Amino acid sequence: MKGELWGEPTVSMLRQLKFLASFVAPPALAALVFAPRYFPLLFAWLAGWAINVWLAHYDNRLTRAAIPLIFGATLLAMWEMAVNVFAIPAVILPAPSQIWTAFMQNIPLLWGDFVQTILRGALTGWLMGAALAVGTAISIDRSSFLQRGLLPIGNFVAALPIVGIAPILVMWFGFDWQSKAAVVVVMVFFPILVNMVAGLRATDALARDQIATWGASYGQALVKLRLPHAMPFLFNGLKITTTLALIGAIVAEFFGSPTRGMGFRISTAVGQLNMPLVWAEILVAALAGTAFYGIVALIEKRVTFWHPSQRA
Amino acid sequence: MTRLLPILTVLLAIVLVWYLAAVGMNAPWARDQAARAGQSLSLPQLVRATMVQERPVLPAPHQVAIGLWDGVVGQKITSKRSLVWHGWITLSATLAGFAIGAGAGILLAVGIVHSRVMDLSVMPWAIASQTVPILAIAPMVIVVFASAGVTGLVPKAMISAWLSFFPVLVGMVKGLRTPDTMQMDLMRSWNASGRQTFWRLRLPSAMPYLFASLKVAVAAALVGTIVGELPAGATAGLGARLLSGSYYGQTVQIWAALFAAAALAAALVAVIGGIERLTLRRMGLAR
Repeated sequence: MKGELWGEPTVSMLRQLKFLASFVAPPALAALVFAPRYFPLLFAWLAGWAINVWLAHYDNRLTRAAIPLIFGATLLAMWEMAVNVFAIPAVILPAPSQIWTAFMQNIPLLWGDFVQTILRGALTGWLMGAALAVGTAISIDRSSFLQRGLLPIGNFVAALPIVGIAPILVMWFGFDWQSKAAVVVVMVFFPILVNMVAGLRATDALARDQIATWGASYGQALVKLRLPHAMPFLFNGLKITTTLALIGAIVAEFFGSPTRGMGFRISTAVGQLNMPLVWAEILVAALAGTAFYGIVALIEKRVTFWHPSQRA
Repeated sequence: MTRLLPILTVLLAIVLVWYLAAVGMNAPWARDQAARAGQSLSLPQLVRATMVQERPVLPAPHQVAIGLWDGVVGQKITSKRSLVWHGWITLSATLAGFAIGAGAGILLAVGIVHSRVMDLSVMPWAIASQTVPILAIAPMVIVVFASAGVTGLVPKAMISAWLSFFPVLVGMVKGLRTPDTMQMDLMRSWNASGRQTFWRLRLPSAMPYLFASLKVAVAAALVGTIVGELPAGATAGLGARLLSGSYYGQTVQIWAALFAAAALAAALVAVIGGIERLTLRRMGLAR
């Protein structure tokens, strides 16, 4: 009967709210009594959460996009309020509005840093490292001895703190973007190599037999069968290493850089306690990282459209 | 032996290439020195001169080995030149951060698996955050904590915790979701409570995923600590050792610190691997 009046989702939502309230209410009431100025913070959290609890019962594409956005907006609102309520000084944590202002005011500066670090350092290094890794994987393809030797070492090196090699490469290649690209090459080489070697092995015996019965040479089999089959593995490695490339390029700048670049800007702005600019730089890094990953994922979609994981 | 032989061969090749590179990269300086002294070097003399420099461009492997040996065994453990001392500073922050991050990741994963709202709210952000170079903000975290009067282990541990949190969260959510409909139905037909389903089905089937992500997380935690030791002012830890080496051109010190860090990473991953094998064997999951 209650089903007719309320609808099942609403009832269970109320139940969940009641359950939540029994947990949240006592400390919330205590907070209100003793420190009423925290109320906006609490209210923002409860409001955001309640909307999401309600939305979660309607599972469609719209709510799937909306819920994380609302959650993110709630966190941002709480951040903004917390900075005001607790009077947190900007040197410790600037409010999102301050960060946004700093971002808008410094766009030319940030663009210059972006070009220096991301396009020159990270992207060049990433492309070179990927080409080198793919080339190595193909050239050791015919020697299972070399593969058995290189793979465990590659796996081992992939788990090491390679970023520590940055000071050495900065000494070798100078302060400009070449040394950053070199760090990135070393950082991305092994993950891509390991994935590519695994990818070249990924064809099944049936397909290999089939192409052998057609009298395909080694080169033909490589180009027509095994390279396409290696693509999902290759892109897995490429996607993992997008973040590594950014990290390598930024961290290498802490060891010396020309007077531009994201790592340089972060370390000098921290020295001047100009935190909004630091956070604006972090915002750029976050956007660049997401975009970099997104572009690679998009290319993957076009290249490996036949793979089951892309057809779902 | 059939597995070891290729690895050893490749390692040997790497050491050979390294020696050749050391000769090639250090030769200009050695020739320069000889020219200033008004001598010319024969090839064997040149090769010898490239191996014994104080601040070589690329130290020869045996120089690094001596530096490492001297740092680990040759100094008192309490000495500031001891790699054991610096390694311990790094390791303690790494372990503290790893424990916090992994613990928080596991707890949040349990919450996410049981609450749809949390799942829909948090997971997209957790996955998107993997594409953000979080490590780049590490020095800032250190400075912010320092301006609030907190220095030493805690700020570094926070970075490590942050870095190890997401791999564990994502891996654990995946693991807790592995039981398929049939297994869940079986638990239901046994009238298992939610708690029983969690302890007897979900958690055990999550173990392989958990350990795989713990290995990733502990390596990430170590990198986080080392990068956290880079900002100027840090005096202790392997990262500080790297930085001071790069300031004073002490290349042997940099390479020794680098290899110490690599050994630490390998040891940490190996320990987790050992715990994994033990746990899985006790659970009857070992393959």
